[in-house]
Parts: sequence; structure tokens; C-alpha cells
Amino acid sequence: MIYLQLFLTFLKIGFFGFGGGYAMLSLIQNEVVLRHSWLTGSQLADIVAISQMTPGPIAINSATFVGYTVTGNIWGSMLATSAVCIPPLTLMIAVTIFYIKLRNNRYMEGALKWMRPILAGMIGAAALAFLNRETFTDWWSVGIFAAAFAATWFKVDATIVILLSALAGILIY
Amino acid sequence: MLWQLFWSFFKIGAFTFGSGYAMIPMIEKEVVDRKKWFGSEDFYNHLALAQSSPGPIALNTAVFVGYRQKGWIGALTAVLGTVIPCFTIILVIAMFLGDIRGNEYVEAAFRGIRPAVVALIAVPCVRMLKPLKWPLILLGIAAALVIWQTSISPIWFIIAGAVAGIIEVLVKAPKE
Repeated sequence: MIYLQLFLTFLKIGFFGFGGGYAMLSLIQNEVVLRHSWLTGSQLADIVAISQMTPGPIAINSATFVGYTVTGNIWGSMLATSAVCIPPLTLMIAVTIFYIKLRNNRYMEGALKWMRPILAGMIGAAALAFLNRETFTDWWSVGIFAAAFAATWFKVDATIVILLSALAGILIY
Repeated sequence: MLWQLFWSFFKIGAFTFGSGYAMIPMIEKEVVDRKKWFGSEDFYNHLALAQSSPGPIALNTAVFVGYRQKGWIGALTAVLGTVIPCFTIILVIAMFLGDIRGNEYVEAAFRGIRPAVVALIAVPCVRMLKPLKWPLILLGIAAALVIWQTSISPIWFIIAGAVAGIIEVLVKAPKE
């Protein structure tokens, strides 16, 4: 029963989560903390902190974590994680087929032309959301940002950017 | 080909911190510049649809790149590649470590990584706007500010953009 609930809950989180990352957080909080009481609020805050320090989308990180905590075994963890992956695997394949068929349709081209600045704006808003004292603690962090921006602009591998900035953090702080 | 897909997305999954958007430069370099699976314009157009579709952007991108290469089995392979690194790490943390915070080296490393992640998100935003005409660039900047400062769901802006684009085609070139 708990497995079915886990599956359905994370399926829902995968389906409705939209806008990436922290937009999903209020939905996760609603389901996991308020509705099912699988975690306390402070446990969820811990997951968010851990999620920032580990790779991967928060929706997947929380599915893996909650699945394990609730059932105490790996299967629960796997089940919840796969549930989050089902909506992208079904809906996004449908969208992809649609795009391949209509790629050269002029209405599609027109729609995409105007959608593009909006979507760039969404990404920009995600970057602006990090303009806070937690991310930019001092002038060093502004310098790391500028260096990372230049490196990424000139196509330096993002893995190298991440590793070097981690090294810079250890050396500076 | 399947192995290449898996390995590309395994690397991408293992190095995506902070936000799914931070993986865009990595995916672009891998699939556009290195593997030449997509042209740049085609990649950004398809990415726009991945952003408009529900679900984590990291997975939606894995699905469309995988599907375009090898159909649904390719999509599944790319998703597995993206998920396995973060699944393993979180599972180990949930099972054994409890909390990785408090370690001073980890804290210091992340003070360095956080501003770099913002750069990884900012670059694709600038790159998406750069080839456009200035009214559209201004629209993009306005959208960023409004989405940042208000709690209106971005889906409404996307729909409005799509409708505006279709109207423009209808008005300017009703038939061709």
C-alpha cells in the first residue's frame, strides 16, 4: 500500500512539476510533508540543502531520499525515482514526435520565434533567483562568477568549471 | 550509439548542480559541438519545447536528445544515464551519511561552486537572446524580470508567446 502511495505521489510530482527546480519545491512540500507526513518540514529543508550539494534535479533527489526513508529499502527508493521519470518519458516523447513532424511548419516556426525570448527569460529568472547573500558572499564569489561565465562562454567544459570553482572555494575560504 | 548516449548523459547527470538549467552548456557542447547530433538552432528550438513540457528540464532534455538519436530506447538510455549518478549518491547519503553539511571542506568547495552555477545558467540565457532582433531581446529581459519578481506561473507567458507568434504569421503572411 505504501508502495502504491509512493508511486502515485511521485508520478504526480513528475507530471505537474513545471518550471524546473525550486518551482517544484512547494508541490513536493505539499505532498510529502503536509499530505502524507512522510517527512517533517526540517527534514525537507535538509534534503534541499543536500540536493544543492549533490548532482541531479531536486525532484529526483527528493524521490530517492523519501523512497528510502519511508520504506527503509532500496526498492522503495527505486520505485519513487522511476515514478518521477515516467512523465518526461511519455509526454516529452509525444512532444518530440510532434516537433519532428511540424518542425518546418510556418505556424510552428512563428510560435517558436516568440517563445524563445520568454524561455530565455525563464532561464534568466532562475539565474536572478541566486542573487542573494548565500551565493554571493563577497567579492571573491563575484570573481568566480565572472571567471566561470567567461570560461563557459568560450566553451570550456562545465565539469572543469565546476571542479575549478570547488578548488577555488577550498583555497579561498 | 546507445553506450555513447548513456555515457554522455552519465557525465552530464554527475555534474549538474543547483538547477537543471545549469546543464544546458554541458549538453550543448556534447551534442552540438562535439557529437554534431544537432544544429545549434534546432537544439535551442527543441530545448524550448522541453522547457514548455512538464517534468524536470534535465530529464526532458535527456528524453528529446535520446529519442532523436535512437527512438524510445534511446530516450530511456539517456534518462538512465542522467538518473543513475544522482540516485546512487542520494541513496548512499540516505543510508549511511545522514548529513554531509558541517564538513568545512565541503562547505568551502560549495561556496566556490554556487557562483559558478549561476554563470552556467546565465550563459545559455545570453546565448539564446543574442541572435534575436532587439525587440525580442527586450521582451526576454522583461520576461526574466517579471518571472523573477512575481509568482505568476511561467506557463502563461509561454502560451502568450506562442499565440503572439502564430498571430504574427497570420497577419504578415496569411498564405504562402
